[in-house]
Amino acid sequence: MSDYHKSTSDEANEGHSHGDGWFERPETVRWILRSLYATCLVLFLADALYKKKVYFDFENWFGFYALYGFIACVVLVLISKQLRKVLARSESYYDERSDGNDDG
Amino acid sequence: MATMMGEIPPFLILLLGALATPLLPIIWRPYWMVLVPIVGMVNLLLIPHGVHWQVDVLGQTLTFGRVDQLGFVFCLLFHIAALLGQIFAIHVRDLSQQIASLMYAGGAVGVALAGDLLTLVLFWEIVGVAPVLLIWASKSKEAYGSGMRYLLMQLLSGTLLIAGVVAHAHQVGSIEFDYIGLGGVGGALIFLAFGIKCAWPFFHGWVVDGYPAATPTGTVFLSAFTTKVAVYALCRGFPGTELLVYIGAAMATFPIFYAVIENDLRRVLAYSLINQVGFMMVGIGIGTELALNGAVSHAFNDVIFKGLLFMSMGAVLHLTGRMNGSDLGGLYKSMPITTVLCIVGAASISAFPLFSGFVSKSLVISAVAEEGYTVIFLALLFASAGVFHHAGIKIPYFAFFAHDSGIRTTEPPWNMLLAMAIAAVICVFNGVYPSVLYSLMPWPVDYEPYTVTHVITQLQLLAFSALAFALLMISGIYPPELRLLNLDVDWFYRGPIARFVGSTVNRSMQLGGRFMQALNRGALKAIAELYRYHGPSGLMARTMPTGRVAFWAVVMLAVYLVLDFVFM
Repeated sequence: MSDYHKSTSDEANEGHSHGDGWFERPETVRWILRSLYATCLVLFLADALYKKKVYFDFENWFGFYALYGFIACVVLVLISKQLRKVLARSESYYDERSDGNDDG
Repeated sequence: MATMMGEIPPFLILLLGALATPLLPIIWRPYWMVLVPIVGMVNLLLIPHGVHWQVDVLGQTLTFGRVDQLGFVFCLLFHIAALLGQIFAIHVRDLSQQIASLMYAGGAVGVALAGDLLTLVLFWEIVGVAPVLLIWASKSKEAYGSGMRYLLMQLLSGTLLIAGVVAHAHQVGSIEFDYIGLGGVGGALIFLAFGIKCAWPFFHGWVVDGYPAATPTGTVFLSAFTTKVAVYALCRGFPGTELLVYIGAAMATFPIFYAVIENDLRRVLAYSLINQVGFMMVGIGIGTELALNGAVSHAFNDVIFKGLLFMSMGAVLHLTGRMNGSDLGGLYKSMPITTVLCIVGAASISAFPLFSGFVSKSLVISAVAEEGYTVIFLALLFASAGVFHHAGIKIPYFAFFAHDSGIRTTEPPWNMLLAMAIAAVICVFNGVYPSVLYSLMPWPVDYEPYTVTHVITQLQLLAFSALAFALLMISGIYPPELRLLNLDVDWFYRGPIARFVGSTVNRSMQLGGRFMQALNRGALKAIAELYRYHGPSGLMARTMPTGRVAFWAVVMLAVYLVLDFVFM
């Protein structure tokens, strides 16, 4: 824990700005995203190139795994966002409650 | 010593190793911690399969060493996990954590080799109690509470197990630990006891509450043993119990919703641990050789890659003192090696081809498909996409990339890096050469993970999950990391049940207190009266025997009073 060190704003002004890292450069992010899009496209089209060996008929649908993965994650995130509205509490939620109990 | 190798019960090496620790100089202890599991592993490898170390106690035969392939694999796994965890913890100078972690491993090994249910109970309790010290070692108020709640669930599991064992032994007339099944009350109670330790839905609170509260090194041990001990026990006692298929599917799916909105990254991993154990439950529930091999091999891989992920997060916590996704980010600049090792763990849990998860999770999913469980199959696919989303991407992304938090630190100490590196090597090795892992399985494995269909469909699933993550991030739909906690089942026993129990206990304490006061007053009066009649000058002292009897009655009353004061 003693190794912990947070750079101050002074240091940031001296050239160690937060946008400094390779992964934060817009061109890197653009490059990563383009590679991802290209990979997805190639993998989606790969279904045309081979005969799947599957257990269920629906697995043979063109791009089934690709679409299922995409839709699954979008649904996952959208439901989770709604879940947060119901379940999220402040970090001190249990402390406040137990303090209340102690007083009572 | 060398000639004794292979003749010592494996649990004994770890337990005696733990007990001997305080006798050693402080600076030797961490290396002793590393040495003990190595010696244990050599000993284990030299034990021939068969039944060893039987002891007759009160007319029952206890078997401390039923060594078959199923028990052996888990035993080997627990030794590897203990070794990795101890290397990771070499810098720790806390005796209670050192003793607890070795005893914990000893308990897990004891369960894996227990040939009868009484021996199982004994080690089950060790596995239940020892790890609490790893949570309490965090020395915070929250950790104390989490540890208590953790202990409560473990004791519940232990109590149900004892009740179940008694009922089961009565019913079948044997205490042998083999297939149990849900045929009777005893079987059902044992099933539930195992389930609590497996973190079944509604009994999973102790995992997501306790694991993130433990010390950076303690969580690594916690993630390796308790749930996997229970996975082993279910493999042994309840293979092919169909209920497990549905329980497992629920476990594989519901935690990923929590994981997406959870801010504490070690809690995200705790949810993903439940998700992975879900796959194992499904495998055990299906019960075919393919499925059981899948459950066992996935347990093996999970201990290593989950350990690696918990280690990488432990390293971050150790160095920065922070664990919330909202506080971290940009650490790849100061911890590049840790970042890469974490990504290896993330790729393994996500089942990328050439990483360990790919060759074990697919055994379970194939077994599900072979048996024609369509809905379960789709649920597990959903869970596979989800685990990549929250464990594969979220963990490395929010800790090491995302927005730069400004935190500048260093790589962790050498021992932490070494433990993570060994785990990463095992992850890649098992992914690239699955035949070695398969050869350890209890049943012959006739499965080829690297088919064109499997590789391409898995890559499609993962790439499009990543695409979804990227697009949701760019569009701002992805929920940001917020400093919030999410209510889970522990709310019930931290809220309503705690209040009910609290008020009941309070009320009974008050009642009890009044009763005790009345009793005390009565007792004091009685003593005074007794003294008047039986004291040296009392009426009753004139006859010796009666006087002596009365004296002892007074002594007993006095003892009662003292005890009363001590325990009030």
